[in-house]
Amino acid sequence: MFSFELLLDAVVIGVLLGCFYAAVSLGLSISFGLLDVPHVAHPAFLVLASYAVYFLNEHYGVDPLLAGLLITPLFFLFGLFAYRLYYETFERRGSDAGVRGIAFFFGIAFIIEVLIIMQFGVDQRSVTADYVGKAWRIGEMRIPFRLVVAFVVAAALTILLTLYLSRTFMGRAIRAVAQDQEALRLMGANPIRIKQWAFGIATAVLGIAGALLIIVAPVEPTLDRTYIGRTFCVVVMAGLGSMSGTLVAAIILGVAETVVLTLFGASWAPAISFAMLLGVLAVRPQGLFGRRS
Amino acid sequence: MKRRTLLGGTIAVAVLGLTTAAIGQQAPIKIGMSMAQTGGLAGGGKASLLGIEVWRDDVNARGGLLGRKVELVVYDDKSSASETPAIYSKLLDVDKVDILFAPYATVPTAPLMPLVKQRGMLLMGNFSFQVNSKVGHDMWFNNAPWGPADSWASSFLDLGQKAGGKTIALLAADQEFAQNLAKTAREVATKLGMQVVFDQAYPPSTVEFSGILRALKAAKPDIVYVASYPPDSAGILRAVNEIGIGDNVKLFGGGMVGLQFGTVMENLGSLLNGVVNYNTWLPEPQMYNDGTKAFFEAYTKRAVEAKVDPLGYYLAPYGYANGQMIEQAIKAVGSLDQKALAKYLREKTHKTIVGSITFAADGEWKETGVVQAQFRGIKDKNIEQFRSPGKQVILFPAKMKSGDLITPFEAARK
Repeated sequence: MFSFELLLDAVVIGVLLGCFYAAVSLGLSISFGLLDVPHVAHPAFLVLASYAVYFLNEHYGVDPLLAGLLITPLFFLFGLFAYRLYYETFERRGSDAGVRGIAFFFGIAFIIEVLIIMQFGVDQRSVTADYVGKAWRIGEMRIPFRLVVAFVVAAALTILLTLYLSRTFMGRAIRAVAQDQEALRLMGANPIRIKQWAFGIATAVLGIAGALLIIVAPVEPTLDRTYIGRTFCVVVMAGLGSMSGTLVAAIILGVAETVVLTLFGASWAPAISFAMLLGVLAVRPQGLFGRRS
Repeated sequence: MKRRTLLGGTIAVAVLGLTTAAIGQQAPIKIGMSMAQTGGLAGGGKASLLGIEVWRDDVNARGGLLGRKVELVVYDDKSSASETPAIYSKLLDVDKVDILFAPYATVPTAPLMPLVKQRGMLLMGNFSFQVNSKVGHDMWFNNAPWGPADSWASSFLDLGQKAGGKTIALLAADQEFAQNLAKTAREVATKLGMQVVFDQAYPPSTVEFSGILRALKAAKPDIVYVASYPPDSAGILRAVNEIGIGDNVKLFGGGMVGLQFGTVMENLGSLLNGVVNYNTWLPEPQMYNDGTKAFFEAYTKRAVEAKVDPLGYYLAPYGYANGQMIEQAIKAVGSLDQKALAKYLREKTHKTIVGSITFAADGEWKETGVVQAQFRGIKDKNIEQFRSPGKQVILFPAKMKSGDLITPFEAARK
């Protein structure tokens, strides 16, 4: 059943949903896009952050977004540790290539999943906040507040990360290490420390993104499996390492998914992300916003 | 004389000791199963397993079966259909179990049906839906109160029709269980002369349901029949609360899995009000049988420690009842012969904590025991409220009825 009203609704919700996808993908855009680390545990880190937010909200009544901000420093430290562990056990020995690096992060993801189950059980968990469960009414259209929150936070994160990577010394160093690690070493900088810092930033971003995840929908320990395909799809489609590209690619994906879901049938929706990815890679192998190497 | 008495006594004690040791040393009766302990079905799987474990401890406290202890051999199937055939092959060939219990739910059970039939094993089902309809295994006994295939949908759509509903929207997860429900709902709708104005299957990975519900709302149905799995049910109800479903909807719900679990109900709180959904056991006076109260006392004590559903109404008593039925069969037959046990299970009526159970030829319950109940007066963040009667008013079946339907749906939500 087609109507312009329904199409407009789908586009608006798609933009908001896309912003949410961007927020949960930005960390991966740094770790995988810029650092070339096969970080398949990214969605598991995200779910872990959601549970930390749940804990603060449930036991101390902390607002989920504030809880996301509070855990950010801890996640930064967790990121520093995780990268150091990966570097010492795989990268330094040159055994990070191919499936071995992926196996390391799969192992981490599995451990996180089991730890969450042991601590919180297998049931779904959600948070309470004034903006969860309410909608903003514009004429006949109703927009869930939780998606508006995702939109605002994703936009803010994208702007902050773009500015950080382009205007600060450390940000430029991160971009440099992504382009030519050896050249950076010749200039006297330690690329490993820069990569470790960048991985810390990527993980810290997940603190906020994890808050959004549990604001948008309830979480359960194995939710990471739902997001692994989508987040990698967004980052690769954007062009590895582009923050604004990640936002745009995620919005394109969100709109396409929602329009298909609303107007053409829900069964087709999961195929959309990968069909679009294949289409983009066929036309622009470097992604929508990537530069040719 | 004294020496003889002493000798005789010594021999008697030794013989008695040896006999006792022999019984104690007899290999236990192994009951093998996989159970979802991780993944989307884990909430139900863990509660079901705890119900079975309570039975195991009870039966062992009574001296076991055939003079042997009962032991459970359980593997996590991760809620995945791809895991179960290999697990059940291992249970049969490596662990050499004596009895098989099926995993919780339709999706993990369906792929192991051909294997079990080929090996000629009895299988006690655990809340599957119509997994034997095409396989035709004559040693399948599904302990789930669904009854005849169409009774689930008929009970819901009958209520809708009596409320004046003429059009129906179907929203179902794109997987075995939900699609089976949707199929029977289509058939029942046709039989009742209802028009299906919306019929969609959504993928299990769907994150946001606002878009689907907008399309559903635009179709202006009178009745909305939802067949969803736990992660989706919460998302659907949230979206309903935010964007509305339309004033013309008289009845909403039907087949939403998840709305029976304590933590999900606690999280959704007042969003549940007005929803009419299926259930298998509720704390209404008419649903208690011999042993039900004692079971829930034992379950509730262990549930907190085991971090499983604190209420356990949906699956746990049926796990216990599965044990009760196999216990009755083994005691009556006096052996573990699969065909003899199956014959007993097929021909007799079994008294359990969830009521008397008789199986039809296809291995399903002969009569439906599913109730359709409407959530009423639910408050946010309070799990204890669900232990009181009256929070889920039973509308179907007539013999269990505890109230009348409040309609339309928007009025019932207030």
